[in-house]
Amino acid sequence: MQVPSPFEYERATSVEHALELLARLGPDARLLAGGHSLLPMMKLRLASPEYLIDIDPLAGELGYVREQDGEVRIGAMTRHRELLESELLARRVAIFTDAERVIADPVVRNRGTIGGALCQADPAEDLSAVCAAADARVVVRGRDGERVLDMRAFHRGAYETAVEDGEMVTEIRVPLHPGAGSAYEKVERRVGDWAVVAAGAAVRLSDGTIEHAAIALAAVGGDVTSPAAAEALAGRPPSEELFAEAAGIAAAGCSPVTDQRGSAEYKRHVAAELTLRALRRATARALREES
Amino acid sequence: MSAVEEQRPIGYGRLKRKEDARFIRGQGTYVDDVQLPGMLHGAILRSPVAHARIASIDTSAALAHPKVHAVITGRDLEAQGLSWMPTLSADVQAVLATDKVRFQGQEVAFVIADDRYSARDALELIDVDYDTLPAVVNARKALDPDAPVIRDDLEGKTDNHIFDWESGDRAATDAVFARADVVVSQEMLYPRVHPAPMETCGAVADYDRVSGKLTLWSTTQAPHAHRTLYALVAGLPEHKIRVISPDIGGGFGNKVGIYPGYVCAVVGSIVTGKPIKWVEDRSENLMATSFARDYVMRGSIAATSEGRILGVQVDVIADHGAFNTTAQPTRYPAGFFHVFTGSYDLEAAHCSVRGVYTNKAPGGVAYACSFRITEAVYLVERMVDMLARELDADPAELRLRNFIRPEQFPYACRTGWVYDSGDYERTMRKALAIAGYDELRREQVERRARGELMGIGVGFFTEAVGAGPRRHMDILGLGMADGAELRVHPTGKAQLGISVQTQGQGHETTFAQIVAEELGIPPEDIEVVHGDTDNTPFGLGTYGSRSTPVSGAATAVVARKVREKARIVAGAMLEVAPEDLAWERGRWFVRGDPEQGATIQEIAMAAHGSLELPEGVEGGLDSETVYNPPNLTFPFGAYLCVVDVDPGTAAVRVRRFVAVDDCGTRINPIIIEGQVHGGLTDGVGMALMELIAFDEDGNCLGGSLMDYLIPTALEVPDWETDFTVTPSPHHPIGAKGIGESATVGSPPTIVNAVVDALAPYGVRHMDMPCTPSRVWEAMQGNAKPPQ
Ligand SMILES: Cc1cc2nc3c(=O)[nH]c(=O)nc-3n(C[C@H](O)[C@H](O)[C@H](O)COP(=O)(O)OP(=O)(O)OC[C@H]3O[C@@H](n4cnc5c(N)ncnc54)[C@H](O)[C@@H]3O)c2cc1C
Repeated sequence: MQVPSPFEYERATSVEHALELLARLGPDARLLAGGHSLLPMMKLRLASPEYLIDIDPLAGELGYVREQDGEVRIGAMTRHRELLESELLARRVAIFTDAERVIADPVVRNRGTIGGALCQADPAEDLSAVCAAADARVVVRGRDGERVLDMRAFHRGAYETAVEDGEMVTEIRVPLHPGAGSAYEKVERRVGDWAVVAAGAAVRLSDGTIEHAAIALAAVGGDVTSPAAAEALAGRPPSEELFAEAAGIAAAGCSPVTDQRGSAEYKRHVAAELTLRALRRATARALREES
Repeated sequence: MSAVEEQRPIGYGRLKRKEDARFIRGQGTYVDDVQLPGMLHGAILRSPVAHARIASIDTSAALAHPKVHAVITGRDLEAQGLSWMPTLSADVQAVLATDKVRFQGQEVAFVIADDRYSARDALELIDVDYDTLPAVVNARKALDPDAPVIRDDLEGKTDNHIFDWESGDRAATDAVFARADVVVSQEMLYPRVHPAPMETCGAVADYDRVSGKLTLWSTTQAPHAHRTLYALVAGLPEHKIRVISPDIGGGFGNKVGIYPGYVCAVVGSIVTGKPIKWVEDRSENLMATSFARDYVMRGSIAATSEGRILGVQVDVIADHGAFNTTAQPTRYPAGFFHVFTGSYDLEAAHCSVRGVYTNKAPGGVAYACSFRITEAVYLVERMVDMLARELDADPAELRLRNFIRPEQFPYACRTGWVYDSGDYERTMRKALAIAGYDELRREQVERRARGELMGIGVGFFTEAVGAGPRRHMDILGLGMADGAELRVHPTGKAQLGISVQTQGQGHETTFAQIVAEELGIPPEDIEVVHGDTDNTPFGLGTYGSRSTPVSGAATAVVARKVREKARIVAGAMLEVAPEDLAWERGRWFVRGDPEQGATIQEIAMAAHGSLELPEGVEGGLDSETVYNPPNLTFPFGAYLCVVDVDPGTAAVRVRRFVAVDDCGTRINPIIIEGQVHGGLTDGVGMALMELIAFDEDGNCLGGSLMDYLIPTALEVPDWETDFTVTPSPHHPIGAKGIGESATVGSPPTIVNAVVDALAPYGVRHMDMPCTPSRVWEAMQGNAKPPQ
């Protein structure tokens, strides 16, 4: 049995209560959502917070996937499993469904939350790339009010987000558009393992051309999105050659490192391959939407 | 056979495992379930670095922790002569480091506290000052002149060399290589992997100061051998030691040796007078307990242009880590590696093995390896496949052409083993037929034309298990024989005591079935007792697939002794001479008058009753025996694997796996299939993902199950298993071992398939694990051994 350092435990019963506890206990307190990132780190003593503020009781208040004002709104405490099973996401933003099929295993998916995943910002974490490709915005709430950030502003790199002390994420907002399609592709060494590399793509078609595109990569370092690749796609009709060109741009712009999951050369190669595959599937889905 | 008999065979057959009733109800008792009044908890402080001199250790802050009772360091043990302990391979190992630490994760201090949380917290309060030294983690570099000397504790040691050992005939091998038409050579690494049993290692030590008796619950595959070793090492009298190995959650060789943690728990209990529990966590298990493999091999195979294999030559650098703790028969420093001639009839063979120290955890013989046969089979099966490629021959055909033929058994191989029995061609042809081999090859041609990468791997193995004959095999002077003791109660129910210890193999079922087969007592009427040295006969334990070959034989022999006693008693009951009685399962009857007879249950009652017993029986039917095997048994099997490799991502998927095993007489097919399924899954793990890696400084990169991957149900196909039966001629019931066959046979078969899939890229060989990245590098002509 792996044993964490001693800590104090508090249980938040509402978002307001959680924010108040955060303010009272200060920077040595950590929110505990599904616990599937935080608890393993505590057991390995890589994290030793003095206080845990359990926000599991907020699973009702912050657990939802619903359509509102031309967006899908996802509560921060929504579990991986609920994302996987959401019929709305499968129909309109299938990149979530693709990704959730290959995130961890059922045990982890039953507890882990989208808010926890985005705030953990593990370099190989999938939902940050998914949200970035889907042009999602993140609602960050503090005692003084709310900020709504796009993923470029929210995600600041490995283990780093725009969430300040005393703040928490409450909601993720994913825009819906006609003629849109998205997809996610991942290579892992074993089912349930973190990505060696993963790529997400979203495209919006209009009159046979790509009106807007977004590409995001996981586990290849640096910035998850590839604006240059997205730019190359915009305004041009979809084709294998175009996808290959964009995939090449995305791969060239990433900065993978060699580790146990694979060599930097392989990761760069496969980033291109997966981007290409994601673009193909995203476009096929958009074409179905369009017709 | 009626449906009812089918379900509950009296004797051999598909009997559901007796032990599962408690496991599926969560009623098993593992070491960590043992709770004793007043019990304290231990935790081990481990070295954060791979190689360093210990400048100082300050335990005062830990001792000041309100819940800490004691902190034991190497210096404290030194006072009692216990800071070092002998290993099973004529070396010594530090219990707690005194001078240096030699691998990351090495034991440095032992804290005893009220609970395991406090014990763990107090570890952070111990201040150790390390003077870091350069580390060597690559076996190829361990003997470089500038390599740091790891074992300067050994008198006069100036390098990292442990042993040189060879087998076979070098001159004869050179001669066949000189006249061969074709020679293929390849360097290959069987990487360091870990058994990773679900239950980690642990112990509860309870020393009674009044009686002087030590009771030790521990995760051991060999309780009797451990008892004797504690007596020899710690100086406790052997009759005052009771080792209990309760339910064990997987062993795979990981639980053969004695770990420092067990010794610390014992010392802790003696020091405090309280029971001490120590159970390691997952990272400790992966980083510090017995690993497996780590063999750097250079193999060469010589053949005629017609594909007749003439000889095999191998040079090995064996990485034994920081202490030579490998658990194997004393005379075999490379285990049974010299069965590397495999299943082939060849003219000459030779191997040399050089053991080296590195700054890595000690161990070596573990993970269902049959004493290094895993490495040997991997080598020869890769070499034969490479030869097939060189000759442009079909790998299955090439094997069929070179197999030892049935009429050659018993077959003396070129390195001295005498294979007991085999019919390799029959088994191979069965596997090819099940797989639809020719059809698969046609499909492969079509797919290749479409740019798809499909690979077909063929593998064949011969195992040598059931160690072993006393005159050849001992472990630290203890002969590798096993006892069995059978008591038959007056009502005809029985209790069998055995020396071997199940870790999931189903001994309680299989061994009851052996008695049932011999005596006709239903298996549910037979209680198998094991894992407690106070209640069972002496023997060396369960590893190396030795339980059925050795202890299973002892069980059959002791049951036959009971049967013969019963015959004498039956003679008295029926008033006929014992010679006039004939046996049918469960009953002696009068020859020529089958109505006249007595069942084993009636005989048992009579043997305890008022009947006047004839000379030759003392009353009761109880018997005991010790079985000293005349030879090993040699199970074998033909495996076939189909993989698909994604040309874009280089990800490997195992599409099909056919395993035809021959373990001689089959006692319980359900258990056999389970052993094979588990071993094949192990094989997929090693072939595709498992690796205990290190960085250059000697940091272990495989210290959690997030880094050290083991396969799940989703990585494995539906196993297609079948069998042939070639009984062992020298085993009382003709059974051979099955526990490690699939672990031995499957990795080369899978790698053969991956390499076959990559043939269009000109790949001849790649080392395991075949992760997507490593496969892609092989496709780029850049295959490298893993770090
Ligand atoms: C075996 C295993 C395999 C996994 N595989 C994958 C995988 O393949 N891909 C993948 O993407 N992930 C994977 N994960 C991670 C998993 O998805 C986690 O559940 C998720 O990353 C974290 O979510 P959580 O709710 O468990 O967060 P927690 O562990 O509870 O919290 C994580 C961090 O986020 C903070 N936090 C949580 N909620 C909020 C909030 N609302 N506002 C502000 N801060 C918050 C916490 O304080 C903590 O610092 C795996 C995990 C495990 C254990």
